[in-house]
Amino acid sequence: MTQTRRLAEGGRVQRAKVIRFWFDDKKYEGHPGDTLASALLANGVTLVARSFKYHRPRGIFSAGAEEPNALVQLESGAHTEPNRRATEVELYDGLVARSQNCWPSLRFDFGAVNSRLSRILPAGFYYKTFMWPRAGWMFYEKFIRKAAGLGRAPKQSDPADYDKLHAHCDVLVVGGGPAGLQAACAAGASGARVILADERMEFGGSLPDIAPGDANIGGLPAGEWVARRVRELRRMEEVTLLPRTTVTGFYDGNFLTACERAGERFGPHHHGAKERLWKIRARRVVLACGAIERPLVFADNDRPGVMLAGALRAYINRFGVLPGRRILVLTNHNGGYRAALDAARAGAEVSVVDVRAAPSGATVEAARAAGISILAGHALSAVDYARGRIRGARAMELSEDGRAVHGEARALQCDLIAVSGGWTPAVHLFSQARGQLEYCDAQHCFVPLDASLPDDDARPACAGACRGSFRLAQCLAEGHAAGLAAAAALGFKSGNDAPDLTAAEMHDESDGSALRPLWILPCEHPIGAGPKKHFHELHNDATVADLALAAREGFDAVEHLKRYTTTGMGTDQGKTSNLNALAMLAELRGAPLGELRPPTFRPPYTPLTFGAVVGHERRDLFAQCRTTPMHEWHVKNGAVFEDVGDWKRPYYFPAQGEDMHAAVRRECLAARNAAVLLDASTLGKIDIRGEDAVKLLNMVYTNDWDSLAIGRCRYGLMLNEHGMVFDDGVTTRLGEHHFHMTTTTGGAARVLNHLEEWLQTEWPDCKAYCTSVTEQWAVASLSGPRSRDVLTALCDAPHEVARESFPFMSMREMRVAGIPARVFRVSFTGELAFEINVPARFGAALWRELMRAGEAHGICAYGTEAMHVLRAEKGFIIVGQDTDGSVTPLDLGMGRMISKSKKDFVGKRSLARSDTARAGRKQLVGLLSEDPARVLPEGSHVVEKWSRRRPLKMLGHVSSSYFSPNLGRSIALALVADGFRRKGETLEIAFPRGGHHRAQVAGTVFLDADGARARG
Amino acid sequence: MLLIKCPWCGARDQSEFSCHGEAHIARPENPAALDDAQWGDYVFFRSNPKGLHRERWMHAHGCRRWFNAARDTRSDRILATYKPFESPPKIKDQKSPAEKS
Repeated sequence: MTQTRRLAEGGRVQRAKVIRFWFDDKKYEGHPGDTLASALLANGVTLVARSFKYHRPRGIFSAGAEEPNALVQLESGAHTEPNRRATEVELYDGLVARSQNCWPSLRFDFGAVNSRLSRILPAGFYYKTFMWPRAGWMFYEKFIRKAAGLGRAPKQSDPADYDKLHAHCDVLVVGGGPAGLQAACAAGASGARVILADERMEFGGSLPDIAPGDANIGGLPAGEWVARRVRELRRMEEVTLLPRTTVTGFYDGNFLTACERAGERFGPHHHGAKERLWKIRARRVVLACGAIERPLVFADNDRPGVMLAGALRAYINRFGVLPGRRILVLTNHNGGYRAALDAARAGAEVSVVDVRAAPSGATVEAARAAGISILAGHALSAVDYARGRIRGARAMELSEDGRAVHGEARALQCDLIAVSGGWTPAVHLFSQARGQLEYCDAQHCFVPLDASLPDDDARPACAGACRGSFRLAQCLAEGHAAGLAAAAALGFKSGNDAPDLTAAEMHDESDGSALRPLWILPCEHPIGAGPKKHFHELHNDATVADLALAAREGFDAVEHLKRYTTTGMGTDQGKTSNLNALAMLAELRGAPLGELRPPTFRPPYTPLTFGAVVGHERRDLFAQCRTTPMHEWHVKNGAVFEDVGDWKRPYYFPAQGEDMHAAVRRECLAARNAAVLLDASTLGKIDIRGEDAVKLLNMVYTNDWDSLAIGRCRYGLMLNEHGMVFDDGVTTRLGEHHFHMTTTTGGAARVLNHLEEWLQTEWPDCKAYCTSVTEQWAVASLSGPRSRDVLTALCDAPHEVARESFPFMSMREMRVAGIPARVFRVSFTGELAFEINVPARFGAALWRELMRAGEAHGICAYGTEAMHVLRAEKGFIIVGQDTDGSVTPLDLGMGRMISKSKKDFVGKRSLARSDTARAGRKQLVGLLSEDPARVLPEGSHVVEKWSRRRPLKMLGHVSSSYFSPNLGRSIALALVADGFRRKGETLEIAFPRGGHHRAQVAGTVFLDADGARARG
Repeated sequence: MLLIKCPWCGARDQSEFSCHGEAHIARPENPAALDDAQWGDYVFFRSNPKGLHRERWMHAHGCRRWFNAARDTRSDRILATYKPFESPPKIKDQKSPAEKS
């Protein structure tokens, strides 16, 4: 029997089955239905973690999502997951967990020295200490990063499966407690499509946490009532029940995300989704998120063995675990006595310290009757802690205003301290939905202010404890009303039979909690001035002294305080700490608590794993990848690929033993001396038809399209309305009202959108219709002085491709290797070239035939790098590389492309704007480095004179730069201020990574200036 | 994430759409007749209201059609959508509750 703290009976765990688990290499036993936390407590394990900043020993503090302490490293190797709340991890056979943030061991941790150093590690320590010297941060950061964080991120790829699901529903009910269950039943019964999500493994909210006989609903024991409601919901066809599902985010338009821990409870080797991310679009939302218990903050309140009173009840009643034998309950309201009663019934020796001078009411009387000793008007002033356990506590009498303690310290025997300072509604999702909160004086908590959201479809309805209604009967009534109203608003009719929702609670106190709004309890030394620490936020190790320091330094606005002290930040989102921090701030500012506005809660409510967010979209499914019909050939022939947009394009084709340099050199030389073949299928292609097609082209291109004859091609520059170059390409007239437009590879979608935008929003009467045909045509671009010979071998008659019958910048329909093709005599290399377009399904065949026929002429395939070198030799621009959205056609020296006769085209007026027309703009020029072997790095700055003194006067930058094998020297294109006038000047080029070199400004065309080769 | 009603396809997720700024700005009939200030106004200047804003949207991953939407920039709620060249529906410019209080 290792489970020394397991009660002989009671609880909802399956006692008949024993499962084993490991914590810090020690083997323990538990039962199905346990969480890791309940199983550790059952085995008497109290010390489970070290705290974030001071490495203080910590134990299990709660029984749910609000757990700030018990974060563990779950599993190991690739399956490992850091920072898991032990209170949320369902126990399974073989579970392995380890403590975090400690070295060499949990019991003896070197980092605990931080606790001794706490005087020099106050809030804002990092901001204050590591700011000077400024450059020092680079040095400090390495050490800080090492010390920061809790668990260890996995080093291997996560082998688990994660799923994602989109769901629509009429009514989403968040929270499966009494209010949520009743809301789901009410809405579901009307036939509405309902999703009920709850973060725990079973429905019922807090009902399973209380003793079975302590509450009745409609004459049934609470447990039986829950079971019936769940059965009823399961029978409803339109209802989806999602246990183990935390709704983490509430976004615009009633879009909520929820994470279902679908398969974790089967262990790491389970096949199927470990987690499933639900993206829920709800027409109506009912929030029944419940409430989180608020602790009291007292001297050394972080010791292992200090626990929320409600958690104690959950461990006793739900898990059959009594985590202490001598239990001390510290409270400021009657609710705390319920834990005392439960603990006494379970066999513990129980005493109560109540900060109120004269506690009264049914629960208090019941406690007295049960023989529980009550020390009223006192606060705990010290906790005796040694070797992982609480050994006792001391109480002192509180002054009337609650700000000091006096008198003799009374020693109290205890090994567990249960605290309760009332309940805080879980308003996180309401706040995420942009709802604001108001302070409820009667309940001493912030509650949702419905009126802060517009009264329409999107406004969530809050029901039960999450809006400050803590009594069972209220929860049921509000849940029922909210469910009915949500369904009715959508037109679903409900039956007439009202359910019996009368609720009887043991010691139901209609006078409310009779809470004394005192949460920060003093000790004999002023807070922060002695050895004892008052932690209002356990998760981030923030103390009340930090709050006071922040306020002293002027950070006393709520949002400042939050950031300065880290209260309520990070994965915890202030679940147990926010109200206590606000209470302290109110006191420091001397303002009523209700005047403070709580900080905004951020999603996610509890942390999401990267796995859940990513889902299936990883590895091959991470991003789409487009390949051309010739792709297989490229792969077989050893192509190295480059990503261009979503496309995989061959970068170069290395032959045996070649590096990139050698391969590109060979490809470039072949292009000007023999024949080369490029896969140009990725070029954007748009089919334009309609009687106004010419009109459209005239408006979107700078040049004139009226005169283009059928079968002829023309290069066009497209501008945006700012007058800047947007795209370029060759467009061919296929018929009177039919054009074939090509765009840059990356610009295909952008250009089509551009055309559609004008057609749809500005010229709806223009009869021109655009269709993307990029993927319909496979394109092989055959280039080089021998290209005509290659093509002749494959066409039906040699005259088809003869110089006279097939002139430069024209198109012919013919058969190439028997395949129907459109052949365009256009050139991007400056050589004689043919762009052969065939229906995509023939692309691979065409490519093979061309390579075969070209063998005799020394053909080789070339990739995008050689393409770039070849076009740069000719000074052909690449939009997006030699232009950057601030470059006009005039800046490119392409003024001849601008029609003089056209009255208007997109961008025309902007070319005459004072700034676009001014002198001294950056203009595209060529650069010849002084040392012909020196390739100027792209992105280098062009400066007039180089010196070590900064700043240098910048003239522009190098946009394209290559070593040209055909010219035997380095060439570059650059945008340089007043570049055209500087031709012949020598300028300095300053490299991005240091160094500089001289270069002479030249024209952009480095080879075959009169273009005779292309016309060949 | 909004649910947006495309006038052609019906309600779809926001991720299918792209937004393209203020609507109802006609391209000037004769740009050459405008001075730099007037042209600059058309090309560069857009209103940025707190409250009702009529904007151009495109159903990019759907029918690829453009349309207009009336959106309240305070609440980020889309109050109406309508086709280009349709006259915009009348929308009462209500104050958000937060401003009232």
